[in-house]
Amino acid sequence: MSAKKKKLIYNAVTFGVVILAFLLCNLFYGQMSRSLRAQLIPICCWIVMAVSLNLVVGISGELSLGHAGFMSIGAFTGIIISGWLLKGFQMENETLRLVLSIVAGGAVAGLLGFLIGIPVLRLRGDYLAIVTLAFGEIIRNVLNCVYTSVDGTRLVFGFINPTLPGTLLLNGPNGAVSVSKIATFTAGFLLVLAALVVVLNLINSRTGRAIMATRDNRIAAESVGINVTRYKMIAFVTAAALAGMAGALYGLNYSTLVPGKFKFDQSINVLVFVVLGGIGNTLGAVISATVLTILPEMLRDFADYRMLVYAVLLIVMMLVTNTPATKAFFNNLKGLLSRKGPRKTVEVSQRKGGDRA
Amino acid sequence: MSEAAGKIRKRNADTKMVPVPSQSIIPERDIGKMPVLECKHLGIDFGGLTAVEDFNLTIGRTEIAGLIGPNGAGKTTVFNLLTKVYEPTRGSAMINGIDMHGMDTVAASRHGIARTFQNIRLFSNMSVEDNVRIGLHSQIRYGMFTGICRLPGYWKKEREQHEKALELLSIFGMQDMGDVQAGSLPYGAQRRLEIVRALATNPSLLLLDEPAAGMNPHETQELMDNIIRIRDQFQIAVMLIEHDMNLVMGICEGICVLNYGKIIAKGTAEEIQRNPVVIEAYLGKQHQGAEKEAAQA
Repeated sequence: MSAKKKKLIYNAVTFGVVILAFLLCNLFYGQMSRSLRAQLIPICCWIVMAVSLNLVVGISGELSLGHAGFMSIGAFTGIIISGWLLKGFQMENETLRLVLSIVAGGAVAGLLGFLIGIPVLRLRGDYLAIVTLAFGEIIRNVLNCVYTSVDGTRLVFGFINPTLPGTLLLNGPNGAVSVSKIATFTAGFLLVLAALVVVLNLINSRTGRAIMATRDNRIAAESVGINVTRYKMIAFVTAAALAGMAGALYGLNYSTLVPGKFKFDQSINVLVFVVLGGIGNTLGAVISATVLTILPEMLRDFADYRMLVYAVLLIVMMLVTNTPATKAFFNNLKGLLSRKGPRKTVEVSQRKGGDRA
Repeated sequence: MSEAAGKIRKRNADTKMVPVPSQSIIPERDIGKMPVLECKHLGIDFGGLTAVEDFNLTIGRTEIAGLIGPNGAGKTTVFNLLTKVYEPTRGSAMINGIDMHGMDTVAASRHGIARTFQNIRLFSNMSVEDNVRIGLHSQIRYGMFTGICRLPGYWKKEREQHEKALELLSIFGMQDMGDVQAGSLPYGAQRRLEIVRALATNPSLLLLDEPAAGMNPHETQELMDNIIRIRDQFQIAVMLIEHDMNLVMGICEGICVLNYGKIIAKGTAEEIQRNPVVIEAYLGKQHQGAEKEAAQA
């Protein structure tokens, strides 16, 4: 069972890398710079975002450009729930509050993912991408108008109306203020592990195969009795729920958070993580999310050129991963490194390249 | 007497009664069993174009039926009507006695129609075994939660799927290719894999769209044996579209000839071979003077 073994090794490596990184971070926590320490929790959040978007883009094959919208829903739900529990019920236990906030953030984002999925998943290709983009922006603009406060044990919501009784939690375009920072790196690590378990186990199951079938050949999938919309929905809602959880953790890591933080370019950012990691490659998404979150911080001086480099990098990656010649080159490299000689697929792609030349 | 009742009576008097089309022929062994498929007056228009018109066909429970005709006759359109890729404009189709009206492709599959495609549609990025496992999707089921949490049901059903997949692959002797990427198989093997995937859905009617296309005579002979074996082993009906007349005349019990969307002949292989209308459709009408010229010579 070489294919099965390969999958097993891939999964083991993915989990191994994440666990090792966590242990190293804990070990060398004292030596880290302050800015890097502050990045640890956001890195976990972006990893979960990348892994979940990979489920939609890589596994179900639909381009979604509104992923940051689900993150913001999770973030503000988490902040509201956490503030409500603290101010309404005097719940001092931070761990419990964090867990409840994350679960609530995931649930609300998942529900919203379902509602948005109903119209969106009727579309295909470019149209689907455009509509997800629109929904991402709609979520942000709606959140700009939402005011929430705690009055006793009661949550009060106002739309466009900022005069609410009690303590204000969410202040419209000014966002959440004086949030109690309860997010921890351990929680982030556990969330990453949970996301990996969900996504990797899903891929290697009946449901995951059905999702990949709808991606590879929609007509054939229908002909063997797979309800395409249903399985695309499963992928979309799971991804939205995971994004909501990541958002809740993200929101509870800052003392203030404005809805404007989750703009369209954040969605694109997550997409860049997925593309750079290799579409459909979970480990790649984890690594690229980490690197691309740390790098901008370290290269702050060159921040102006970031978007320029991204655009070029996206194009280059697409070219490199899709040309037979470069594919053959990388496979040869792999073969040389493993000292087993080039693999079977290499011969095929080389022959194709030769024919063309 | 009211005015409305008078209108109804008048309408009844105006009704023109027509005989329904006679039943197609089915194998004698299938008499007394419910036919797998019954099409009545099935037809579809695309805009102003009538692609299939008045398609009447009955297929016996274990029949191997052939659907032939010149290119563009509407053969694949009939398959698409039966698998509900298109909703028929007119007429009805019954699968195992159940009216297919309003079903979608997924429902048609659940009710026992499986098909292969003229241009191969495999999940080419996935392994051969995974292709068959996807075919088993509705047969061996477990929930998403069971899969994510790796509950005992997951391991049990996965093993069941694995064993069933290998068993099905062994029909074509492909049980050792489980790990091969489906897209990298040779053409003939891809066609065979498509049949295996269709069989995995546990159909009662298997629709094969040009199963022998691109095969050499030896492979075609093997395919013919396999189609008969599949029919005997699974006790299912097979309907195939094919241009290879050796295959059609060799294994098809009932043959239906389509031209310009209409059935021009139905019958056994011998009847079809002798039918002048069929010969005309395939070879064209003989030149008016040709016979005289031949006689003079």
